[in-house]
Amino acid sequence: MKAKKLSAFSLLAVSALILSGCSSSDSAGVKIEVPDIPMHESMGEFEGEINIVNWAGFVDPKWTDKFEADTGCKVKSRTAGTSDEMVTLMRTGQYDIVSASGDAALRLIVGGDVQPLNVDLIPNFGDEIAPGMRNNIYDTVNGKPYGVPIGRGANLLQYNDDVTKGAPTSWDVVWETNSPYKGKITAYDAPIYIADAAVYLMYHKPELGITNPYALDQTQLDAAIALLKQQNTIVGEYWSDAVAQITSFVGGNTVVGTSWEILRKFAGKPNIKTTLPKEGSTGWYDSWLVSSKTKNVNCAYAWMDYTSTASVNGAIAMNFGMAPANIAFCSSSAEAQAHCDEFAAEDEEFFKQVWPWTTPIETCVDGRKDVKCTSFQEWTNAWATIKG
Amino acid sequence: MSAHTTQGGTKPISSYLYKRAKVRLIGLIGLPMFWIVGVYIFSLFLLLITAFWFVDPFTSKVIVGFTLENFISIFTVPAYISTSIRTLLIALAVTGVCVIFAVPLGIYMAKIARPWVRNTLAVAITLPLWAGYLVKIIAMRLVFTEEGFFNWALAPLGISGPTFSIPIVILTLTYLWFPYMALPVFTAIRQIPPNLFDASSDMGAKGFTTIYRIVLPLIVPAIIAGSVFTFSLSLGDYLVAKFTGGSTQMIGSIIASNINLNPPVAAAFSMVPIAFVVIYLMVARRTGSLERM
Repeated sequence: MKAKKLSAFSLLAVSALILSGCSSSDSAGVKIEVPDIPMHESMGEFEGEINIVNWAGFVDPKWTDKFEADTGCKVKSRTAGTSDEMVTLMRTGQYDIVSASGDAALRLIVGGDVQPLNVDLIPNFGDEIAPGMRNNIYDTVNGKPYGVPIGRGANLLQYNDDVTKGAPTSWDVVWETNSPYKGKITAYDAPIYIADAAVYLMYHKPELGITNPYALDQTQLDAAIALLKQQNTIVGEYWSDAVAQITSFVGGNTVVGTSWEILRKFAGKPNIKTTLPKEGSTGWYDSWLVSSKTKNVNCAYAWMDYTSTASVNGAIAMNFGMAPANIAFCSSSAEAQAHCDEFAAEDEEFFKQVWPWTTPIETCVDGRKDVKCTSFQEWTNAWATIKG
Repeated sequence: MSAHTTQGGTKPISSYLYKRAKVRLIGLIGLPMFWIVGVYIFSLFLLLITAFWFVDPFTSKVIVGFTLENFISIFTVPAYISTSIRTLLIALAVTGVCVIFAVPLGIYMAKIARPWVRNTLAVAITLPLWAGYLVKIIAMRLVFTEEGFFNWALAPLGISGPTFSIPIVILTLTYLWFPYMALPVFTAIRQIPPNLFDASSDMGAKGFTTIYRIVLPLIVPAIIAGSVFTFSLSLGDYLVAKFTGGSTQMIGSIIASNINLNPPVAAAFSMVPIAFVVIYLMVARRTGSLERM
């Protein structure tokens, strides 16, 4: 019965694929089981408040004041430090909307914690969203959109040019035991960093057959963990706290390691630079997701629509230090254009080498049907064994 | 008779309590018992229960149920075992270093130093307690960065200090918890009557013999009291390892990283330091020093 239903669905999915031609490769073709949650049908009266879980810098009086005046929705913001904290907070049911990165988004979607979106009610969610931020699997599941893109950034290789004398061309300086910067390497301290190991293996060990760093079967995960354990012997520090990472580079303890463009900027030293090595990298793509238990759904939709306008979306992107989702912002002023250029907002060639953070789930997001992929829980357990 | 009634009239609460021993007892220990049982033990109990729950592998949501898997993992995952042992050794080392610093300092302050030196030292020991905990850790981080104060000061001698690693963690923890050891030790030494020192030297004992045979036995309870702090506080810490430990992982680091990812594992792991402290207290009790505390 279930198999029948599934095959019927895949037939449907295939026909949908044929119909839509080659729209988006990522999310089509992968069927993920998600709880059936109805979407908001039409806008009603504003409820008077909105509770947001967000990254630092996403909610600021500079743009919330106008929103509150326009809609009467009082903005209450709770800043979270990590994706995992965001997931925990959203599951309390006390928040209406979250600025989730892809590694949190898919977890929330399959867990039934967020609802599918009715994009007709978000007029500003339109053609000007950067192509690379549309229809990605972390926020568009089974063809249904769950997220409104906010912005993105890549996990780059940051290096101290005084020591390296030029940009490293490969991530091997942070992975291989013969790295000249042994002991002065920093790595990101979260299970999702396993994907960075997978990206490196995709390039250097094609025989493993990894085609998507978030779809690892057990053998592939074991290989990534072995690489991370090898890295553990040469790593100087793991970072999850941005300030600690910055002082580590500025203070000379770290010479190479994972970073974000904004952290390079905060370091404020001309010899601290970033590069995207030949293997490519991972990155964080943030979107607004609405809680399935929200009592303020109209305020939430209004907020998503408001923050999708070029000017507000750009203000958030500049405040946080990332590429805005709405690239119409870039041409709005010289300053905006400079920001977009610095963060590669319109450079799809650049972001093509970046794998957006996606929660690993048992369904292989690369489309494989013959194996079971490792879930985020298995990544978490494996991550705990790396640091020993 | 008449005097009795007047007293009862003017002090109704006292006379009420005088007749009722149970109410008196409740009045005395009600509040602290509420704190210990209602807040302290109860939250520990909730923590223990969580340790038997598990996480849904698909949605990574916590599921209420029963499994021993979390406890088994503590004893079977090599990384967990090595982390527990490392944390235990770090906590013991911190306690040891604190004792080595506190005893001579206490003897000097209590018996040798002039009053103003003693007071200055007492302020100097307690002063760090006034600064924020995180501030002190960050300060240590800055001192020991590659281009920090330590290397800068030693550069003329051609020496470069250690990078963030276990020794720096021990040093930082010692810095944080030293007052908790130094103060009880100092107080205990002050309470040793001076004539004991005179008697010791009259009988021909030299300085070190006096310390070893007179002072140390008398201050063991103070050292145990101080070590309960230095030991248990070190066991539970994770920010020191995070900021000054480089890639050093402690029990607290595992708990902190699992608190959102896998709360049952975090709960199970938080039982490890508790077990260590209980064992430590039992050993201390065997030596008889807890009675004299």
